[in-house]
Amino acid sequence: MILTASERRRAIAGGAFGLAGIALFIGLAIVTLLSAGIVSTGGNPLTDPYLLRVLRFTLLQATLSTLLSVVLAIPVARALARQPRFPGRLWLIRLMAVPMGLPVLIGALGLLGIWGRQGIFNQALTGLGLSQPVSIYGLTGILLAHVFFNLPLAARLMLAGLERVPAEYWLMAGGLGMRPTSVFRFIEWPMLRGLIPGISGLIFMLCATSFTLVLILGGGPAATTLEVAIYQALRFDFDPGRAVALSLLQIIVTAAILAAMALLPAPDDHGLTAGRAVRRIDGALPGAKLIDSALLLLATLFVGLPLASVVITGLKADLLRLVGQTIFLQAILTSLSIALGAGMLAILASFAIIRARSVISAERRKAPGLRGLAIALSGTSSLVLLVPPIVLATGWFLALRLFGDPTRFAALLIIVINALMALPFVIRVIEPAYAVHRRRTERLAASLGLQGLSRLHLIDWPGLRKPFFTALSFAMALSLGDLGAVALFGSDSLMTLPWLVYSKLGSYRTNDADGLAFILGLVCLLLTIAGTAGQGGHEDEGRRNDR
Amino acid sequence: MPNRSLLSLFAGLVLAAGATLFAAHGAEAADKTLTIYTYESFTADWGPGAKVKAAFEKTCGCTVNYVSVTDGVALLSRLKLEGAGTKADIVLGLDTNLVDEAKDTGLFDASGIDTSGLKVPGDFKDDVFVPYDFGHFAVVYDTQAIKNPPKSMKDLVEGDPSQKIVIEDPRTSTPGLGLLLWVKSVYGDKAADAWTKLKGRILTVTPGWSEAYDLFTKGEAPMVLSYTTSPAYHMITDKTDRYQAAAFSEGHYIQIEVAGLIKSSPNKELARDFLKFMVSPGFQDTIPTNNWMMPAAATSEPLPDAFSKLVVPSKTFLMSPDVVDKNRKAWIDEWLAATSTN
Repeated sequence: MILTASERRRAIAGGAFGLAGIALFIGLAIVTLLSAGIVSTGGNPLTDPYLLRVLRFTLLQATLSTLLSVVLAIPVARALARQPRFPGRLWLIRLMAVPMGLPVLIGALGLLGIWGRQGIFNQALTGLGLSQPVSIYGLTGILLAHVFFNLPLAARLMLAGLERVPAEYWLMAGGLGMRPTSVFRFIEWPMLRGLIPGISGLIFMLCATSFTLVLILGGGPAATTLEVAIYQALRFDFDPGRAVALSLLQIIVTAAILAAMALLPAPDDHGLTAGRAVRRIDGALPGAKLIDSALLLLATLFVGLPLASVVITGLKADLLRLVGQTIFLQAILTSLSIALGAGMLAILASFAIIRARSVISAERRKAPGLRGLAIALSGTSSLVLLVPPIVLATGWFLALRLFGDPTRFAALLIIVINALMALPFVIRVIEPAYAVHRRRTERLAASLGLQGLSRLHLIDWPGLRKPFFTALSFAMALSLGDLGAVALFGSDSLMTLPWLVYSKLGSYRTNDADGLAFILGLVCLLLTIAGTAGQGGHEDEGRRNDR
Repeated sequence: MPNRSLLSLFAGLVLAAGATLFAAHGAEAADKTLTIYTYESFTADWGPGAKVKAAFEKTCGCTVNYVSVTDGVALLSRLKLEGAGTKADIVLGLDTNLVDEAKDTGLFDASGIDTSGLKVPGDFKDDVFVPYDFGHFAVVYDTQAIKNPPKSMKDLVEGDPSQKIVIEDPRTSTPGLGLLLWVKSVYGDKAADAWTKLKGRILTVTPGWSEAYDLFTKGEAPMVLSYTTSPAYHMITDKTDRYQAAAFSEGHYIQIEVAGLIKSSPNKELARDFLKFMVSPGFQDTIPTNNWMMPAAATSEPLPDAFSKLVVPSKTFLMSPDVVDKNRKAWIDEWLAATSTN
């Protein structure tokens, strides 16, 4: 890496600063909770058989959910990568971004519209003469929902990886007449193998901390995650000590599993490419076309039908009246402002972390301090997902009491909490693109002596603009669908869209809630469209590294 | 160093977004205000909040300021978080199961209100908390899906397991806790057995009332744990008799919603005036068709027709708050053990 000494220092300082900020934000919340002077009434969580059962179930469902999501995502991503040109391809990719941005309750209801007892699946079965509906409640329902939410995420990240494979490889594969199995074995799998631990880790954390989905689709208390126990400890029992202990248990156990997954071998970085257009001859074979079409159709139905069910129920609502209400306008403005703030903050922190990591990894002889910083950076930036937002929000609420009414800081706190939760996703979108961009441009920029604003203007912004917008839209969609942090502070002046949906549901106004859920999904789709703008055809740019 | 300028640009945007929200949030009225902490559906556009505020402000020469959180449980958590520094003058929206814990915070003062004129079943008497409305828990069913609704808790527990019910989780919601106490009131020591039997009929256990009721109205299950007053909403707003509450011969458990005044309030006289107003028709008139509960005191007009068609429980169950507080954890554990085995 070609950097001046001061550039290097600044990059490392930026990373350390970001890390300190995150650690301080989480640490302060936990310390305040522990020092609140509220006596814990629960016993030691590690000897409580109920909690051990909960822990076991949490890990079981998270493991299965991750396995299913990741394994099923591989053929989908491969089919998408192999078929770079078909009508609706970009729309399929956009569609896949929508589940992430939906509040889980809405996603769950969409799923039930298809797979529920009154869903079209069961209606078809009843039509075939089955007397009792097939019930998905229980582990099946949880897995189904987790795959619905996470398969598209995994497929998108894998697709981005496959599209980073240099065009020269495909040229070579074509020249050698490699069969699809060899292409998979020698080109696609080595690329995917490097991505899978990271993607699995992310999905594992999302599933391990799942709350609403597990309760709604789990069928009963046999399906309980630690997150439920944490929520209960803070909400009903008001026992911050126990909540913190359970959060630590959640973080440590999951981190141990993630560490074990990270031990899987990761392949070397791919070499430099001339950036020529990708031509995939393997996808043009008739057999491959047929298989890919079938796969993509299935994936589209699996993701699209529940979303269609949200649309259909949503259209039954009086949308015009809903949209005209001041409360709606307020809610959508608040939601978008919070999402924009959170998205920006997440990108800011991600860039600091990514730069520091890339500078440190380029060092030939790493000082132990730097190595530690690199490990802490990658650990923290992914493990933040395991810190329950309710713990952060409660801790900060207590801490901010000293400065007057804590709800005055609610918006800022929600922005920070949402940004933290989006951080791992943003890093995964930006980091690979950043690495490629750096390799492509740093020598030239250094030789031209470009620095500061002129480099930003001429080189970095044009090169990183697309991943920037992709990551921003991703983070904003995530924040838009978040209810967690708002719930504690939620007061009249801070009405967000998911909060409004819940509030309509809470007072019999199911139709209104359906309508708002549809609008929320639409906003997520619009964000995704904005995030993927200008990425129409596959050949209008040499290489794409930014999905 | 390019990314530094990029970083400062982002930092600026983040701060700007935050500052906008912060500023919007900081505005407050200047004259004498009565701050009422309550739950969100009370202050929502369609809730009683706005009407109550308008009516009270006419007489008090003050401004009513609501601070709302998700529900009664969140209300209590909020108070515990704020402790003595709370800005509340009145806390409105706890239920009887929470009042013992609420008193333990030491934040509340005696109401000084004569509650003998209130007509709330289940003889709840308290010198701190004043009831403002109530509702009986009930199994609400879809008449298009169920022809023979359960007529008793026993029917529900032992009935056809293919006819499902959605219930709420007692670990996270007050209706869930209500059902737990209801089953306990009917079955006593045999409650665990009853839950083991009922388990087969439970489609799923949701975190709160909203999710359960939505699943029910979407047709996922023909029965849901809700309130005897739920059908009134559908009769009045949706103009349909489709959803009805099942009358249980053993009786129904009651949820009484109460309000109390904060000891450290600088506006105690005003707060007391509000509590008096709360049990007068000016407040009570807003309850039936805005909060969809039964008024705790006289209203100026008779209740709408739909309310005369509602189930009137033959017997009301209500455990005293200290019994609930003492046993809640053990009973939830019992429920967990009975329902989570496979």
